[in-house]
Amino acid sequence: MSKSRSELSLILTGVARDPLGLMGLIIVGTIIFCALFAAWITPHDPIGMNIKDRLQGPSLTYLLGTDQLGRDTFSRVIMGGQVALKVALPAVFGAMIIGLTLGMIAGYGPKWLDNLLMLFFDTIRSFPTVMFALAVVALVGPSLQTVVFVVMATSIPTYGRVARTQTLTLRNSEFILAERSMGAGMARILGVHMLPNIIGVLAVLAAMDIPTVIALEAGLSFLGLGVKPPTPSWGALLKDGYALIRQTPWLVVGGGLPIILATLGFTFLGESLRDVVDPKLRKQR
Amino acid sequence: MLQYALRRFALAVLIVLVAVTAMFLMIRAVPGDPVQIMLGPRATPELQARLTAELALDQPIWRQLVIFYGNLLQGDLGTDVFSGRSVTNIVFQQLPHTLSLIFASILWSAALGIGLGAYAAAHPNTLIDRMTAAISVAFVAAPAFVVALLSLLIFAVNLKWFPAIGVGEGIWDKLDHLVLPAFAIGLSWVGYVARLVRASMLEVMGENHIRTARAFGISEGRIVLSYALRIAILPVVTVIGVGMGFLLSSAVFAEIVFARPGLGKLVIDSITTRNYPIVMGSVLVSTTLFVVSTALADLINAWLDPRARSEN
Repeated sequence: MSKSRSELSLILTGVARDPLGLMGLIIVGTIIFCALFAAWITPHDPIGMNIKDRLQGPSLTYLLGTDQLGRDTFSRVIMGGQVALKVALPAVFGAMIIGLTLGMIAGYGPKWLDNLLMLFFDTIRSFPTVMFALAVVALVGPSLQTVVFVVMATSIPTYGRVARTQTLTLRNSEFILAERSMGAGMARILGVHMLPNIIGVLAVLAAMDIPTVIALEAGLSFLGLGVKPPTPSWGALLKDGYALIRQTPWLVVGGGLPIILATLGFTFLGESLRDVVDPKLRKQR
Repeated sequence: MLQYALRRFALAVLIVLVAVTAMFLMIRAVPGDPVQIMLGPRATPELQARLTAELALDQPIWRQLVIFYGNLLQGDLGTDVFSGRSVTNIVFQQLPHTLSLIFASILWSAALGIGLGAYAAAHPNTLIDRMTAAISVAFVAAPAFVVALLSLLIFAVNLKWFPAIGVGEGIWDKLDHLVLPAFAIGLSWVGYVARLVRASMLEVMGENHIRTARAFGISEGRIVLSYALRIAILPVVTVIGVGMGFLLSSAVFAEIVFARPGLGKLVIDSITTRNYPIVMGSVLVSTTLFVVSTALADLINAWLDPRARSEN
């Protein structure tokens, strides 16, 4: 336990020493902080309407102005961060776990199973993400769960492929051969010896995947096919902003900037994590 | 090479088959009567009966699949529930708009990205190199639809430099309408391509034939342009082929934001009216497009670089 803790602090120090990494850490930290304490930070009720004050510009009362129903944009932006993370974290985590399991099975199991799983991965990847999302939404209807499912389904192949490649490389390494010759079973080899060597790479991949997921959630909500109103999501803000683009620029700005900031933050953090955890990966992709 | 090409082609066909079958089964797996879902609650019994017969829903599932594939092979993607027009016609009417948008985006972003990447690699660790790197990351991070919205706000609504909606008529007007959507889709690719070209350029610049060229006194500019760049450009080809899926996804958003006709707009409009045959037809066509372009990119890559052929 203490070993993994010191490793973690080592990684964090490494990230903080890189200027872009530090910036990523600060942005991501701020977003997570705002999401956790959204209920205390938001100056107004994010779904509370006040028609009298509709479509106002920024002021001290309404930091980013109000929308067509007089809802405070700033409060909705803060609350939207919570929604974005609520979709992104479970989806990325779920995809990572499933992808990891399938990828390790593909890499370690029999050849026919490997081929089958690869075909499965390739098939999922053959749908353009948004088109796949649209097809699923058309069939089962829009909701937070649908978005999480779509995101999970579309990113499983990425994790699966990386986990498979890693397993294939490790499979014939000396320490695994030694384990096998001593009679270690498949579960033990995969779980105890291979997993720690694969999980780091996948964690980096997950950090870099979060922006894509946030963007997809926002995109679907922008199309009116993601989370349902009145839930404040960044995409929903953009949807309102798009409809009112000639009346007020603040909704588009308020919805767009957090998405760009979040994407930047997670990308910086992910790249910096990658360099610290495994410098060899720098050349790939 | 031929053997590789055949194998790659077979894989592409297999993937499309599995994807299409999965999609077909997905529609059938949706709880409730598909006819009722498609036509909505207000449909007349005659209409329901006609659609049931048309989709062969009274037949066992394997026969439905056979009929579906039979129609597909004849280029029949089904019929639009509301207008009675052929889905194939509707989809292929919209496709050119989307394709021209995608190609315009690739063209400008690859040209600029390759230029920036090559310049950065030729002058490593200078201020411009670092700036290119920072801007690249920033550009890669910006989701296309957010860029589309912000550029709509800035360049169309506020500055009024470019038209906000539609595709326009006549060649110049059409190009004018292409600028903002292509800008929004291509922006993140500029950074991506630039980083890619820079990395592979630096690798190529260290190789023997470049050193030999230098030893012969060939000018640095000529080495970069006619020796190094020719090889360094290769990964871009693959990336663009594989990136077709992303480009299609971005195009969906750009079409909505700029109210352009196209595949994406078609799908969204069809979802809101629950017009399943059109949704499925468009998804099918775009998936096929994506699979074919990925396979083509792999083939070009294998043709240019024989090492790629032996890999899985």
